[in-house]
Amino acid sequence: MDPHADPSAPLQGEPSNQTKRKLKREMRTQLVSFVLMIFITSMAFFSIASDVIPNGFAIPFILILAGLQVVLQLYFFMHMNEKGTGWVNAMIWSGLFVAALTVASLMLLIGVVKY
Amino acid sequence: MSYEKAQSKNVIWDWLTTVDHKKIGILYLAAGAFFFAVGGLEAILMRIQLMFPESSFIQAQTFNELLTMHGTTMVFLAAMPLLFGFMNYMIPLQIGARDVAFPFLNALGFWLFLFGGILLNVSWFAGGAPDAGWTAYAPLSSESPGHGLDFYVLGLQVSGIGTLIGGINFLVTVINMRAPGMSMMRMPLFTWSSFVASMLILFAFPALTIGLLLLMLERLFGATYFGVDLGGNVIIWQHLFWIFGHPEVYILILPAFGIFSEVLPTFAKKRLFGYSAMVFATLIIGFLGFMVWAHHMFTVGIGPVANAIFAVATMAIAVPTGIKIFNWLLTLWGGRIQFTTANLFALGFIPTFVMGGVTGVMLAASAADYQFHDTYFVVAHFHYVIIGGTVFGLFAGVFYWWPKIFGYRLNETLGKVFFWLFLTGFHLTFFVQHFLGLMGMQRRVASYLPGQGLDQLNFISTIGAFLMGVAFIILLVTIFTSMKNTTNVSDPWDGRTLEWTTTTPVPEYNFAQTPLVRELDAFWYEKYEGDGKMKAAEPIGDIHMPNGSILPLIIAFGLFVASFGLIYAVYPLAIVGLIISFIGMFLRSVKEDHGYHIPAEAVKRDKDGGK
Amino acid sequence: MADNHTIEPQVLPPNPEKATLEGRNKYLGFWFFLGGETVLFGSLFGTYLGLRGGTADGPGPSDLFHVDLVFIMTMLLLTSSLTSVFAIINMKRGNYKGLLLWMTATVVLGLAFLGFEIYEFYEYNHQGLGFGVSAFASAFYTLVGTHGAHVTFGVSWITVLLIRYRKSGLTLTNAPKFYTAVLYWHFIDVVWVFIFTVVYLLGIGG
Repeated sequence: MDPHADPSAPLQGEPSNQTKRKLKREMRTQLVSFVLMIFITSMAFFSIASDVIPNGFAIPFILILAGLQVVLQLYFFMHMNEKGTGWVNAMIWSGLFVAALTVASLMLLIGVVKY
Repeated sequence: MSYEKAQSKNVIWDWLTTVDHKKIGILYLAAGAFFFAVGGLEAILMRIQLMFPESSFIQAQTFNELLTMHGTTMVFLAAMPLLFGFMNYMIPLQIGARDVAFPFLNALGFWLFLFGGILLNVSWFAGGAPDAGWTAYAPLSSESPGHGLDFYVLGLQVSGIGTLIGGINFLVTVINMRAPGMSMMRMPLFTWSSFVASMLILFAFPALTIGLLLLMLERLFGATYFGVDLGGNVIIWQHLFWIFGHPEVYILILPAFGIFSEVLPTFAKKRLFGYSAMVFATLIIGFLGFMVWAHHMFTVGIGPVANAIFAVATMAIAVPTGIKIFNWLLTLWGGRIQFTTANLFALGFIPTFVMGGVTGVMLAASAADYQFHDTYFVVAHFHYVIIGGTVFGLFAGVFYWWPKIFGYRLNETLGKVFFWLFLTGFHLTFFVQHFLGLMGMQRRVASYLPGQGLDQLNFISTIGAFLMGVAFIILLVTIFTSMKNTTNVSDPWDGRTLEWTTTTPVPEYNFAQTPLVRELDAFWYEKYEGDGKMKAAEPIGDIHMPNGSILPLIIAFGLFVASFGLIYAVYPLAIVGLIISFIGMFLRSVKEDHGYHIPAEAVKRDKDGGK
Repeated sequence: MADNHTIEPQVLPPNPEKATLEGRNKYLGFWFFLGGETVLFGSLFGTYLGLRGGTADGPGPSDLFHVDLVFIMTMLLLTSSLTSVFAIINMKRGNYKGLLLWMTATVVLGLAFLGFEIYEFYEYNHQGLGFGVSAFASAFYTLVGTHGAHVTFGVSWITVLLIRYRKSGLTLTNAPKFYTAVLYWHFIDVVWVFIFTVVYLLGIGG
């Protein structure tokens, strides 16, 4: 790119047809993942709200649903599925790993129960 | 702004507004050296108190404040900023970049650190410094009367934000700004280890941020997390602190490992043995750094199985560290070793650090740790790894990079005197402390009784501390008396990496033409396979540079003011401070600043040496 | 401003947020920041989970939480995530008006969410859950409050962008700014998914 290109000049013109097609596909994926997220949230909600489902099943179930929804957000809404996101993936998963360790230790290893 | 206008006239204004990574590096070095001297003085005062049994040189309360501030200052305000100074100055030069990724944020990081450091030290003059140890365990810290701990919480919070910003800046710089041909596996080891250290910063500091937030809310806003009567739990603080604190010690040691990995090959005239193993070992150490924090908490009572897991994970760190030690030894093997001061520190580091590592493995045995815990054995251990590793690394870096940064070579004779005095003083001080600890002397005690076999060893230890103090003065003398050695400063050591290809003083754009990297140890390769000059990756052209800005200082100053408002519960002042900060951020966000261009003619003029 | 150059319009690249080095730096740096934020919220979640039994005879989770209210809040935030996705798609299409419109919708939904949260805190306080009443209360308010502070910051940030760039059109400078603001917004939503599950649903169910 021209080093003197003015970064505050308005961008004009249409995106290429290829980009347009890609955006159209993307739009469809986003809508599908949104519907999925609504569905997942409602499932989690009802499995706790209804008395039919025992807690022993509901609790792990809603935790899995939460994990699923986060993956949907990260990979579709935040585009972590695209090419060139290697470092992003590495850092987010490292962060999740450290966060998981932190949560586990603060829940379990606080001297209430000895392991 | 045009090129002419961007050339500042006023020197002080220039330093206050600078976004040049080299100047920020120098600022970090200067501030870090100041705090290093302060922390050293605190240590010497403590050693004088402990020189004789039942001494009354210092009151117990003051002693508590000194030991807290010594630890906090040395870790947060001396060692890290000094490393950040070298990282700032050297990473862009080593990867062939003209700048860091976020020059503005880089400046912000420095000013946040500086104001945080000042805030911490203001406590001395505001009714007493923090006194709960650098680890500030609850409920000692949450119940500690006075404002000392409030200064600790806010001072560390402000400087911690600065460190986090700096870490992100280095990560993105390394990933996005490398010169053509500088693949990840051609990066100098100092850049690699700083990169891994920055990752640790990114994932470790948020835990500290939350720990400090909780402590602040409990002390100042009536929350309760650590008060057992209201359902709290004091172990929460210990976990949060050590989830941060253990990676923190690797943040301190990894860049120092990097410095040794630059110094040893240069002065052995051999390429680093096992480069890829070194990189791999650095990554493994970084990973394991997050898996072992509970070894600081063996005696808390989290349970035998948990203790055993953390003990094994801790011992595992000896493996990648051992890989590194052997690679350094094999780098030296068969080399033509030059015993310069920088190299002496690197050579002195190897046995010293191994001793600290061995006591580390001893401490990792959780059953034995019940005996060692909170004794001088621990004190001896972590001074062996932090002084023997980080501080030796910093001194090696000082002598190695001084010509490039300041344009003159440090006197080698004085330097060697400094090295030998410091090495002797160090071992005298801390070697005996192993035995003091094994004999049962607790750490953090302000005094001890005579006739328990502790007298002589404590006396020896204090003498050693004096020697280190004298050595530090000799270093200052060296720095101020060497200023005339201005010859041969561009590449004084026959260097191997890109920083030595720049002219000294380094122009603000670093490289007139971005270099083309063809091999690991790029400069060495061109010296022996090419014509001794880097190939250029681009023709000489206009160079884009960022404008300086006073906003980083203003944003940091706002938080400094707000901290006083919080500490003394003067909420209008806190709000004013926050408003200052937010106005600074707002202006930065709203005002587009695209920097300026240095015209190609000016670059050419510099290159031909004409002014 | 670049000197000696008149403003020339430029052609829209496929990914305007990553077309310049500055944009790429901002994109990557912001993602890394979010990696750090993950640990930050992890620490808060851990603290909450460690202390949630410590109610000290005060009100506990099952006495307080109303799932219907929180369900509405979740839907608001989820929808705002979708509107911000639409904003970015419009940005890539070169439809600047669409970008501004969908971003405004995001801000409105965010404000509605905040309104509910303030009401919720007010209610709990009313029912005897003061900030320092118990370790559970402090941990709950700290976790959910930190999330609320993030929402507040996100709303203010996007509002500043909308006002500052209401007339400028899409440029290589503001594209990365909008993009990172949207990343931040999604991240807030990610955190809320866990708060919804771990704090509220588990609070009622287990």
